[in-house]
Amino acid sequence: MSTRSRSLLFSSATGIAGVALLAVLWEGYKALGPAEGLRIGAVEGERGSGVMVLPRTDDVAMPHLIDMLVRLLEPVSSSAADTPLWLAVVQAASLSLGIALCGLAIGLVVGTVLAVAMQRVRIVESAVLPLVILSQTVPLIALAPLVRSWGARIEIGEFEWQNWMSVAVIAAYLAFFPIAVGMLRGLQSPSAVDVELMDSLASGWWSTLVRLRLPAAVPYLVPALKLAGASAVVGTVVAEVSVGLPGGIGRMIMEFAGFVSSDPAKVWAPITGALLLGLVVAGLVALAGLPLNRFRRTELAS
Amino acid sequence: MTIIIDTPERLDTTTDAVSVDGVTRIFSARKRGAADVVALSDVSLTVHAGEFVSLIGPSGCGKSTLLRQIADLDQPDAGSVSVFGKTARRARLDQDYGIAFQQAGLLPWRTVSQNIALPLQMHRERGLDVAARVRELIELVGLGDFADRYPDQLSGGMQQRVAIARSLARNPKLLLMDEPFGALDEMTRERMQSELLRICGETGAAVVFVTHSIPEAVFLSHRVVVMSPRPGRVKEVVVMERAGAPVGSDAVRDDAAFFRGVTAVREALHDGAAAGQGVENR
Amino acid sequence: MTAATAVPSAPVVARRRGLPPALASALPPLVLVVVALLLWELAVRALEIPAFLLPAPSAIGAEFARLTPQIVEASVATGTNALLGLVISAVVAVLLAIAASGARVVDGMLAPVVVALAVVPIAAVAPVFYIMFGSSSETGRVIVVAIAVFVPVFVNALRGLRQVSPVHRELLRALNITGWRAVRTVTVPTALPFVFTGLRQASSLAVISALVSEYFGGPKTGIGSQITTAASGSNYAQAWAFVLGAIVTGLAFYLVTLALERVVSRHRPSP
Repeated sequence: MSTRSRSLLFSSATGIAGVALLAVLWEGYKALGPAEGLRIGAVEGERGSGVMVLPRTDDVAMPHLIDMLVRLLEPVSSSAADTPLWLAVVQAASLSLGIALCGLAIGLVVGTVLAVAMQRVRIVESAVLPLVILSQTVPLIALAPLVRSWGARIEIGEFEWQNWMSVAVIAAYLAFFPIAVGMLRGLQSPSAVDVELMDSLASGWWSTLVRLRLPAAVPYLVPALKLAGASAVVGTVVAEVSVGLPGGIGRMIMEFAGFVSSDPAKVWAPITGALLLGLVVAGLVALAGLPLNRFRRTELAS
Repeated sequence: MTIIIDTPERLDTTTDAVSVDGVTRIFSARKRGAADVVALSDVSLTVHAGEFVSLIGPSGCGKSTLLRQIADLDQPDAGSVSVFGKTARRARLDQDYGIAFQQAGLLPWRTVSQNIALPLQMHRERGLDVAARVRELIELVGLGDFADRYPDQLSGGMQQRVAIARSLARNPKLLLMDEPFGALDEMTRERMQSELLRICGETGAAVVFVTHSIPEAVFLSHRVVVMSPRPGRVKEVVVMERAGAPVGSDAVRDDAAFFRGVTAVREALHDGAAAGQGVENR
Repeated sequence: MTAATAVPSAPVVARRRGLPPALASALPPLVLVVVALLLWELAVRALEIPAFLLPAPSAIGAEFARLTPQIVEASVATGTNALLGLVISAVVAVLLAIAASGARVVDGMLAPVVVALAVVPIAAVAPVFYIMFGSSSETGRVIVVAIAVFVPVFVNALRGLRQVSPVHRELLRALNITGWRAVRTVTVPTALPFVFTGLRQASSLAVISALVSEYFGGPKTGIGSQITTAASGSNYAQAWAFVLGAIVTGLAFYLVTLALERVVSRHRPSP
């Protein structure tokens, strides 16, 4: 067996073992942990006092993993004619996926345009870049509940602002920052020699951008896109909750959380869906990056 | 191998290739309190069509800066530069010269042929068969089997050949070279020098060649311009004898005239008061 | 053969003489912010933009001044969750990173978890934590923060632990220092700046996660809950004032962790 395939086998085996260990921890704690959880500093006879540091282990708080899986195969509601839960989760996740990708696309365009502007005009860079970097350190997602008020209240001619657009705007908002920063670094990455070569070839700004700067930016763009993809997913799920957009996975998490006492395993279904959504977007971004590998030769070779 | 290259009508071959007249270039100090650097002080130089001129001198003597003035990659604070009778800027926009740097400066995402094709794609010439011209250039620099390789799959010497092929792409009558062989090992370097002379012989291009190496300058050049630093100026111009062994052949390196040239340039560099044979004092 | 002549790069930046460099670089963004605020104010007034779309900065400022005590209280509540989560996560992440740098099996077992955690929306798990720890408990939020910030701290700590130079490794062998003592004398000091770089990267994520987890329910204590409450009550300027509070909290976290990173990284090769 080659070293390469052996190390692949090793990492897959340990990876699966790692995930299995998490499952064992869950079931192990459920079996052995205190049924009412653990509180520190609780006052005798006063319910809910103190700080709970270990969770309860009953079936409502921590359903068995097998129950969560079985529940996925059953219908959404008690009526047997309903769609199976897994299908409903997939449908909701697909809607969110569409919105997240839409946000990511807007973020990519806006981020790229801003990065090109910053690269082209020095004063724009010195004025905008510190703010862009700073804004990554502050919780801009706090704005999400405010965008809710836009829904159905903006009308421009035939065009009526839809709630899903608010969600996409927030997703785009979160996605555009890493792209703008990564793209700018990439556009500025060509060495002085490369730029002078283009100058010596009497290359115009546009030609240098297309033939030199954009290709050189790809190694910086690909990791930025991964970050942006993850941000777009977080933005979509959170914004669906704050905007109250029905049909998406974020909203479904909130809805199903209401069934916790009667149907505890159901709560976990949309959460699994949200985690899958994150993985799917990361996978799609990675796939979209494959044709760009030609521009990452030096990076991939090292 | 013979490559037939048409003699371009667009250039008046009687015009000097490069004419530098009283050029001064001062770099203002970055840090406060530091003195400004006079990179070039009242430098004048003429390069005739088809002539090979080397610029040599210690670090900081402004030889690269002078080359960059000719290439219009940097502009003088005083004086003027003309290339084939045009301003340097016009000559750059008209692509009258080809340039090669110490680093090959190949675009890593382009193959050898795509890198060589870059100048041709940038300014499309009517009726020019780009693919055929690229094949011709690849043959010229002896990289026939490597057309579809990427730069990271080539040795340093091969990368530099690609860069030279790229500088020749538009068949320029002037080549500007900034230590193009500086990063190569000695053996590759000597082979590249011979090839460069052969290529120049075939294309008839004038060359301005920046180097740190005395033997390299002597081997390649008709004239060697010796420069001195702080402020950067032309100290001496040493004219080479081109007798004896055929130009560009390795036999030249063992020729007595070659050694006399080396001595003359060395003395000029080290303030040698005794002007050797064939030294033109200014 | 001597090295290549240093060629001054083409664009020589015009210096603003008379201005200290820190101020000179802070000036353009400050000017932009002021101009943007002025335009915002003017636009809101001139175009009569309704408050639900965008309240005027002056209105937000007035609300911020009026509600300062509440905003501080809510910021402290959210900030406490963020801080607790950050500290817990840092301890766990560093311990796991030490284990992972020591044993390939641990590294392999953690790999898929780290990759997945980096891309999934952790805040979505908040509702089940409210169930597991009780809906009046802040513990769920702390755990959301801890999980969310785990990846940057762990990844940086692991990178730092692998940074120990071969010279130091051989020195340890020569001095016959092994096991935990080796970790303590060389590995931890080498890795520490990296851990703090991870903490700095994680700091804003901590505040964001603490705030977002409030959008998913739980006790109405933090700044996220206040934003939701104000927005659903159509008090838009008030909601924006709380957003401003959230921004200040996020900046505070960032600046403190940045300062810590600087202090720890003195005299050490920067990561």
